[in-house]
Amino acid sequence: MKVTVDEAKCCGAGQCVLIAPEVFDQREDDGIVILLEPEPGEEQHALVRVAAAVCPAAAIGLS
Amino acid sequence: MSLNEQVLSYPIPGDAALEPPAEWAELRGKCPVAHVKLPSGDQATLLTRYEDVKQVLADPRFTRRLNAPDAARMSAEGGGVFNSEMATIIPDGGEEHQHWRRLVGKWFTAKRMTALRPAMAEIAERLIDDMVKRGRPGDLKASLGFPLPVYVICDMLGVPAADRDRFSYWSDTLLNLTRYGQAEIEAAQGEFVQYMSEHIAAKRAEPGDDLLSALIAAGGPEDGGLSDIQILVTGMALLVAGHETTANMIGKMVSMLLADRSRWERLLADPSLIRTAVEETLRLDANSGFGLPRYLREETEVSGTVLPRGTTVVCSMAAANRDESAFEAAAEMDLSRSPNPHLAFGAGAHSCLGQALARTELQVVLEVLLRKLPSLELAVPVEELERVEGLAVGGLRTVPVRW
Ligand code: HEM
Ligand code: SF4
Repeated sequence: MKVTVDEAKCCGAGQCVLIAPEVFDQREDDGIVILLEPEPGEEQHALVRVAAAVCPAAAIGLS
Repeated sequence: MSLNEQVLSYPIPGDAALEPPAEWAELRGKCPVAHVKLPSGDQATLLTRYEDVKQVLADPRFTRRLNAPDAARMSAEGGGVFNSEMATIIPDGGEEHQHWRRLVGKWFTAKRMTALRPAMAEIAERLIDDMVKRGRPGDLKASLGFPLPVYVICDMLGVPAADRDRFSYWSDTLLNLTRYGQAEIEAAQGEFVQYMSEHIAAKRAEPGDDLLSALIAAGGPEDGGLSDIQILVTGMALLVAGHETTANMIGKMVSMLLADRSRWERLLADPSLIRTAVEETLRLDANSGFGLPRYLREETEVSGTVLPRGTTVVCSMAAANRDESAFEAAAEMDLSRSPNPHLAFGAGAHSCLGQALARTELQVVLEVLLRKLPSLELAVPVEELERVEGLAVGGLRTVPVRW
């Protein structure tokens, strides 16, 4: 699984961080998403899919 | 006469406090782009399907410029929060909005919210202890739902929680679409502006460790910060937004979970469901309020219907959240539903800035209630719960409980 994030779209809602804190974080200075793990391990896949599905800005891409 | 020809009055009255009006399903099925008449008498276009609502909320052509001369007014009295001039001071879109969002948004990150948890839990425990001391039955809304979010937001903004009765009144005049006359609304807004200006002046003189002090410290627009008036309006907006929405949702969430007590028991048995249960109550909130109005600057198509420029659209997130084409068994409450991409916080660039805070507050309240009052139940039959009418943000009048 490859994860991408679109910083321009991200509205800093933090849903991804709450759901998959090992894959996503937020910048201290503006709350925009930081991708910690572009190719997360198997055990994270389900969480990452949930995060992508609920991201209000549709800023998380999976391939 | 079918729904297609008839002009529905909006908001559609709901008979039961926690149940959706039957019209929603009918509209989604047969008339997803419906003409409605607002309390002001003006006409608007109501959207009820998940895909449409999600698309429109995230589409910058649908603006929040509800003060445009040909935009529909929400209510005869002027329309409170949606039509107010104040709403135009926070940038509506594009880079300026993003800039504002990022300056303020850093106070609402998931990590900061996690850090606030212990303090929130302490406030919740204290409020519950006080309610228990006063004896059964208690009103969960007045005892816990209202005070908790106010303490939290006051603390973030560095304003004294002791002034909360005044904030409540000011918020109410902004959010209640029908209860107040224009003169009263204007007077209340004047007082609110006055209060917040004095507060900001005080912070300027003596900064604290709070959001407003940080916005002031960021400097003016020339330094990449906000203008004085923007700081003022941001403070007011956060106080209002952080107040009624979550406060009402706490009461509705607990009512929904107690309405069928097997839900409460399931959560007692498995508190790891708290997170998904909170999302599911947000999704199924049939009394979430007015919905979101948008003003269309250019001709656009939604669900095959051409909407002319100048149309005012109302997005019903609550109706969209029950759309069978987006959620399996959409009418059922599934406490473990995941993913749950509901639209209770909107969608796109404007989606709720405070959603991490709201979610954290709801989760903490539920967690503490389950722990401290496992025997909690509604003290009246569900049918006797009453909606507050006329609010942009829906709520219940009281939430009588015993334990
Ligand atoms: C359950 C509680 C809440 C609900 C259901 C809720 C709902 C919403 C919705 C639907 C929007 C979108 C408005 C639009 O698109 O025009 C919104 C925006 C907003 N909310 Fe919330 N909200 C809640 C709690 C909060 C809290 C606790 C705060 C902060 C203290 C907050 C601050 C804001 C702000 C500042 C915006 C405007 C964002 C922007 O324009 O970029 N909300 N909220
Ligand atoms: S959930 Fe989406 S919008 Fe929110 S922080 Fe993560 S990427 Fe950004």
